[in-house]
Amino acid sequence: MWAILSLLVENKPGILFKVTHLFRSRNFNIDSISVGVTENPEYSRMTITTYGDEKQVEQIVKQLDKMIDTIEVKHLDEHKTVYRELSIFKIKLSNANDSMEINKLANAYGGKVHDVKKDSIMVELTATPDQIAAFEELAAPFGIIDVARTGVAALQRSGA
Amino acid sequence: MILCFSAQITYHIKIMATDLENKMETMIGAKALMKALEKEGVKEVFGLPGGANLPMYDEFARCDIRHILTRHEQSAAHMADGFGRVSRKPGVCFATSGPGATNILTGIATAQADSAPMVAVTGQVPVAMIGRDAFQESDIIGMANPVVKYAFQPRDAKEIPEVVRKGFFIAETGRPGPVLIDIPKDVQQNEAEMVFPDEFKIRGYHPWTDPDMVNIEKAITMLLSAEKPVILAGGGTIISSAFAELQALAELLMIPVVTTFKGKGAFPENHPLALGPIGMHGHAEANKIMTEADCVLAIGTRFSDRSVGTFEEFEKRLKIIHMDVDPAEIGKNQTTSVAVVGDVRASLRIMVKMLMQKAVKQTEENIWIKHVKETKTYWQENLKLHPGEMGAAKILRKLRELLPHQSIVTTEVGQHQMWASLFFDVIQPGTFFSSTGLGTMGWGFPAAIGAKVAKPDVAVVDIAGDGSFAMTENSLATAVLEDIPVIVFVLNNFTLGMVAQWQRTFYDRRMIGVDQGKYCPDYVKLAESYGAQGIRAESMDELDRAIKSALSSDVATVIDIPIDPEEDVLPFVAPGTSLGDMVLPS
Repeated sequence: MWAILSLLVENKPGILFKVTHLFRSRNFNIDSISVGVTENPEYSRMTITTYGDEKQVEQIVKQLDKMIDTIEVKHLDEHKTVYRELSIFKIKLSNANDSMEINKLANAYGGKVHDVKKDSIMVELTATPDQIAAFEELAAPFGIIDVARTGVAALQRSGA
Repeated sequence: MILCFSAQITYHIKIMATDLENKMETMIGAKALMKALEKEGVKEVFGLPGGANLPMYDEFARCDIRHILTRHEQSAAHMADGFGRVSRKPGVCFATSGPGATNILTGIATAQADSAPMVAVTGQVPVAMIGRDAFQESDIIGMANPVVKYAFQPRDAKEIPEVVRKGFFIAETGRPGPVLIDIPKDVQQNEAEMVFPDEFKIRGYHPWTDPDMVNIEKAITMLLSAEKPVILAGGGTIISSAFAELQALAELLMIPVVTTFKGKGAFPENHPLALGPIGMHGHAEANKIMTEADCVLAIGTRFSDRSVGTFEEFEKRLKIIHMDVDPAEIGKNQTTSVAVVGDVRASLRIMVKMLMQKAVKQTEENIWIKHVKETKTYWQENLKLHPGEMGAAKILRKLRELLPHQSIVTTEVGQHQMWASLFFDVIQPGTFFSSTGLGTMGWGFPAAIGAKVAKPDVAVVDIAGDGSFAMTENSLATAVLEDIPVIVFVLNNFTLGMVAQWQRTFYDRRMIGVDQGKYCPDYVKLAESYGAQGIRAESMDELDRAIKSALSSDVATVIDIPIDPEEDVLPFVAPGTSLGDMVLPS
């Protein structure tokens, strides 16, 4: 299963290294990771997505929680969570209509168009990983030159 | 599933300090370190000096802490480890930067694998030099991260008192482990206004949980309804000193007790309910009963592969009740029916109390316990032993006969270690220690030295093999010069015996890289060259005299006991198989 983990950690140097090292040494995989400071500058929030069966995910959560630098570790229920990822696509323009087509596609997914050049265009898209994957599939025939993705950021809904 | 662990815990630790001492004082970082160590009650430090820790070493001239010089930093770490396991307070070792620090890594990893409390203090190049590949610079924080409970690198001298306080607290609470404090040289040298704190915060550390009454109740119900229950006592039983509680529970319910190898001696091995360690080289009766049981109360164990064989086989047959202080151990290697998280001694105490309130007491010998006792008697009478006069079983039983029960025994790693598991009965709980998790050859001798420093009034014996002893034999210098008279009991087969056994068993007798050479070195002469006593024992009479001489000697003694290089450790459960597939001596 795909799991979103939310970690509140000490905002100190070396913590990201320790967290990622834990995944490596325990033979778990990181699907995506995003890190940023919280409203309290003493803490950072890490959002990690990973794959594993229920037992593995439970074990990851326990091992992360055992780390002294983690204040709080949550396995988020994706149905009760707002989660988004920022992606930027650079797409090839070969035909005269491509620019317009890509614009339409970007609009359909709530994306924004940037840096329109003669032979390429950039699309910024903030969405769920599934939506980004769907956009990528539709954009692929035009020719994707580059993609940059931030990884998921997530917060549980209030009362969830 | 939402798992949520949230904790914002502040620990209020009162340390014995007068108001006067609490006032700010200006001093250099190195002095603050030594003062902080003194406040933790540290009397001895094991270590070796070098360029980057000279400021700390200079402070030994001005404090009451004894420095015990080792010949290799790895041995310093093992000594601190042995000290820590015996005293249950963190042992302290010092090393310099670069190779000094990397040399202690094996010792730190060994302590981590066996949950031993330790505080290792390394020197580091000055802050401004970090990251420039300076002379004797190593990123020891990065290297040690996976094998420490926590690591600190104070960048300002004034952090040192609090770092030491936190370091000791982390090392000795919850599931104990090694803590590394890496101090850049300028941080040792810089002056600062030092405050030695009574209180400190570690927000993400919550080593204590309240006893889990609901699950203890469930565990009791499960144990009482089991037909063939077994208690499996692991190393956590020893770490938490739950000896009396374990014995009370076993006797109250008449449940046989097996142990892991690390849990060896959690329960007196001469007790009628004791079956000894299970595992790859477990006692035949213990493995046998383990495979027949229907319910196991596992106390302070991680279900290591060496103990339980194949995991799937183990959990298929059994209802598992798992008690552990570390919540991450629950479900890591085995799926459990009931989990009781918390200090195992506290949990066992509550369990015994609840049983006594319910007035549960098993007095009649039921069918299961009769069967257990018959199985035990059968294997004690029928396990085939080496026929020679100097077989491992005879040698170790002789040692047991002559060694007072309160003596501390450590082992090296290899065949002798497994023979000790099989043939050396631990009578007084908590007197047997070994590198069981990492399996570090060379651990036993320096650990014995550390143990002797912690408990100078009892005899300390390192049951060794020639291969393992060779790895840290230069600790003889420490034992002699620092007047720490331990006994090294070498079962010498002139071979890396365990590897040789596997080559005989699994590699068609192709013996590669195992020959240690006959008397290379001659351990009697080697011991004498260090000023220790060296005795060779080639017969039971000589062995008897040698052990008596060693016990009455006031210098360290090496007893060299030549044995048959072809003797195997049996029974044997091959890796990847289950306890039921035990190979017996033919």
